[in-house]
Amino acid sequence: MSKFKKDGKKKLPAISTASLPDIIFMLLFFFMVATVMREVELKVRVTAPDASEVQKLEDKSLVSPIYIGKPTKALQAKWGDEDRIQLNDAFAEVNEIRPYVEEKIAKIAEYKRKKHMISMKVDENAKMGIVTDVKQELRKANALKINYSTRKGFDAKK
Amino acid sequence: MIRETPEISAGSMADIAFLLLIFFLVTTTMDVDSGIVRKLPPPLDKNVTPPKIIKRNIYTVLINSADMILITVKGQEPKPGNIKTLRRDVKEFLRPHYPDNPNFPEVEDMTLEINGKKVPYHKSKGIVSMQNDRGTSYKIYIHVQNELAGAVRELRDELAQQYYGMTFKELLKSDEKAAKQIQKAVPMAISEAEPADFGGSK
Repeated sequence: MSKFKKDGKKKLPAISTASLPDIIFMLLFFFMVATVMREVELKVRVTAPDASEVQKLEDKSLVSPIYIGKPTKALQAKWGDEDRIQLNDAFAEVNEIRPYVEEKIAKIAEYKRKKHMISMKVDENAKMGIVTDVKQELRKANALKINYSTRKGFDAKK
Repeated sequence: MIRETPEISAGSMADIAFLLLIFFLVTTTMDVDSGIVRKLPPPLDKNVTPPKIIKRNIYTVLINSADMILITVKGQEPKPGNIKTLRRDVKEFLRPHYPDNPNFPEVEDMTLEINGKKVPYHKSKGIVSMQNDRGTSYKIYIHVQNELAGAVRELRDELAQQYYGMTFKELLKSDEKAAKQIQKAVPMAISEAEPADFGGSK
């Protein structure tokens, strides 16, 4: 009989799963390093407008976000569908911005305070009225460095 | 005789790691915040009168509540603006014109220090003034801001290319002092008017 003839009855050996935990751990470490903890639960819907002249923000700990947009569907029954401001985890009025900024600045080490920045995460369908109000308030709070959060991909020629 | 301890099964290790993995997937975000960085003017001081700016130096971009753009330059009829040509027009306006051309902003003499040598340069005094209504949509506002920032960035790139053979962004990384010079020569001359209502509300 031929030496190389296959024995039809023999089963394939099971693939060892011993290294599976290692693979999963690698994935785990990747995600732990590459991501940051989610800070707030969004209560407003924000689709950032698109732009092309964008800069990346370096240090997230120096950035305080201000969200402006319509409340999410589930919250619209209670809060209506006008544009609203969200600070931390709650809806806020314009006059709450100054204490919010001060609180955020107080958390930053003194030598880094100059680099503090406000990130305006505003929905593209929001009106400028509320944005202007917020900007005026930021000026009064002396938080002059701001960033308009945008998506990439705008091309004016299209 | 010492009995060998039975080996602990590592079979469920993968499951534990999976649980951890899923936990991190759910509680973290990956998005890197990016956007257009701007500096707000400090609060107005009532005792200080704002400096007078000659009309010829101002390029006014007006956006009304219907998201239409109106461009006003001295010596020309106000004309509707187009987002497609805005960048080109603003660039043309802000590019220094020497010798003095009354159809364009004034120029100011200054010297640039490039690789230790002093080079004369004529800086444009042009300013882009942006005004919007309370009913203007944020999207068009950002698009206009983007085009204005793009125009300034392109002018800086041109200058950096001319003297250093690289873009402004590359120059900023390799030689910050030189980049500051370029920044001085082509300032981010975008001013936003104090808020006002015009062209009807929403």
